[in-house]
Amino acid sequence: MPIIALSGVSKTFPPRSKKEAPLLAIDAVDLEIEAGDIYGIIGYSGAGKSTLVRLINALEKTTTGSIVVNGQELAGLKEGQLGPIRRDIGMIFQQFNLFNSRNVWRNIEYPLQIAGVPVNERNKRISDLLNFVGLADKAASFPDELSGGQKQRVGIARALATSPSILLADEATSALDPETTHEVLNLLKRVNQEFGTTIVVITHEMEVIKSIAHKVAVMDSGRIIERGSVFDVFSNPQTDATKRFVSTVVRAVPADDDLAALRVRHPGRIVTLSFNDGNVSQSAVFVELAEQKVGFELIYGGITDIQGRTFGHLTLALTGVDSDIDRALASVESIVTVTEVA
Amino acid sequence: MDRLLELQPQFWTAAVETLYIVGLSLLFSGIIGLLLGIGLYTSRPGSLLPNRPVSVTINFLINTFRPIPFIIFLVAFQPVARAITGTGIGNAAIIFTLSLAASFAVGRIVEQNLLTVNPGVIEAARSVGAGRFRIIATVLLPEALGPLILGYSFIFVAIVDMAAVAGAAGGGGLGAFALLYGHRQFNPTVTWAAVIVIIILVQGVQFFANWLARKVLRR
Repeated sequence: MPIIALSGVSKTFPPRSKKEAPLLAIDAVDLEIEAGDIYGIIGYSGAGKSTLVRLINALEKTTTGSIVVNGQELAGLKEGQLGPIRRDIGMIFQQFNLFNSRNVWRNIEYPLQIAGVPVNERNKRISDLLNFVGLADKAASFPDELSGGQKQRVGIARALATSPSILLADEATSALDPETTHEVLNLLKRVNQEFGTTIVVITHEMEVIKSIAHKVAVMDSGRIIERGSVFDVFSNPQTDATKRFVSTVVRAVPADDDLAALRVRHPGRIVTLSFNDGNVSQSAVFVELAEQKVGFELIYGGITDIQGRTFGHLTLALTGVDSDIDRALASVESIVTVTEVA
Repeated sequence: MDRLLELQPQFWTAAVETLYIVGLSLLFSGIIGLLLGIGLYTSRPGSLLPNRPVSVTINFLINTFRPIPFIIFLVAFQPVARAITGTGIGNAAIIFTLSLAASFAVGRIVEQNLLTVNPGVIEAARSVGAGRFRIIATVLLPEALGPLILGYSFIFVAIVDMAAVAGAAGGGGLGAFALLYGHRQFNPTVTWAAVIVIIILVQGVQFFANWLARKVLRR
C-alpha cells in the first residue's frame, strides 16, 4: 500500500477580487508514493507543485478528492485534528523558515516541545540530530549567524526531530549555490537510506531530480502530465515540457540554430545516436563504424548516468563513401537508436 | 526660580501622579491593545484564524475612535468614565479614558509589528503540528518581540503626551501642574521645570527600550 495516495484531488483558491475567476491550482491529480521512495515533483513556477505538497500535510485543504497518508484520510479533517498527523510528516522550505528568535538547539527542540517529549529525551534527540547534520558546534548559534547550507541543515534536523516517516522538501535547494545544493542533496539521500524516510522533493531543477529521486512526476498547469521512474522519463520524455527539463541536464539533439552552425563546418552526413536502454556498449558502435571505414567526429551531445544506467545522445559528423555509411548505420541501428539529422 | 522652590512639594506630587497615570494607562492599553492587535492579525484572510466579521468589527472600532483628537475624546467619554469609575474627573477617570483611547493605537501598532513576522515561520510551526493558540504564544509574539518593544516605547511617549493633555480636563500630573502654576500664573520657569522632567522621563524610557530591543534582536 502506498504511504501517500492522492486520488481525484483538486484545489481551488477563491478569487482575490470579485472580478477575477477562482484559481484552479490543482486539477484532478492522482498520485501514489511508495514508502521508502524519493519522489520528485518537477514543474515551472505556478505549475501547482508547492500547493500539491502542502496538501500532503494539510497546510492547504483539498477542495475535492481524497488524500490518504499512512492509511489516514486527510480530506475533511479540521486544523485542530491535524497535530498528530503532521508530527509524522516533516517539512523543509526554500527560505528555511527557521525561528529567528531561537538558537539552533531551540529550533530543533520546537517540534519536540509541541509533541510533548520529556526534556531528557529531547536533549538526547537534539544532540543526535546535530551530529547527524554535522552542526554539533553550532547549537548555540542563531539562524542569522549561519550560511544558507547550514540553515537548511538545521531545517532538516528540525523536520526530522519527531522521527517522521515522510519528509516534504519544498524547493529545499533553490536558494543555495551548486556546491551547497550538492551537500544538502547528499544529506537528504542519507536521511532516506539511514532512516528509510519517504521523501517528496519539489523542485524546478532537473539536476535535483537526477541526483536523488527514484521516481518523478512532471507538473504543468495543476496537472501531472508525465510520471515514472527517473530513468524512463529522462530517456524517453513524452511532452514538450518534460523534454525541456531533460535538456537542462542532458545535452540532447542539437536545435535548429546549433545545427545550422555545425552544418557549416561539417558538410557531410550528421547522425545522432541515442543511448536509451542503459546497457548498450558504446565501443561496439565505434568499432562497427571503423570496420566499415566510416570516419566520425563527435560534434555535439553528452552522456550521463541516471540511477546507475548510462543514457544520452551523441551527434556525429560522418565522412566516407555513402554506401559504406549506409551499411555501417544499418548494422549500428541494431545497437542504438539512430536519427539522421542532416 | 524662587517660586519653583516654593512649589517643590506640588511639583514632586505631580511628577509621581504622571508616573502613576502613565504606568497604569500603559498597562491597561498595552494588554487590551495586544489582544486587539492579535485579533486584527489572526482574523485577516489567510491568517491563523481568518474571520471576516471579527476583522471588520475591530477595524471599524479602531478607525472610528483612533482619529478623534484626545482632548475631545476625553470630554466626549466623560459620561462613560463616570459610569465605570464613579467619577468624571480625577485620575481614575483619566486613566480609564486614556487607556481606552490608547488601546486603539496599540492595537494598530501591534498588528503592524506582527505583520513583519515571516509567514514562512508560521507555516513551519503549523507543519510540526503546533496548534493555533500555541503558535501565537510560542512563535508569533517571540518572533515579533523586538519591533513590539519599540512599538510600545512609541506608545509610551504618546501616553505621556496624552496624560499631560488630560491636565487640561480634570487630570492631575505634570500637565496640570504646568498649566496651573506655570501658564496661568505667567511663570515660564515653572512650565519648563515640568517640561524638563517629562523630557528626562521620555529619554530614559526610550533609551531602555532601544537597549532591550537591541538585546532581543541581537544587533
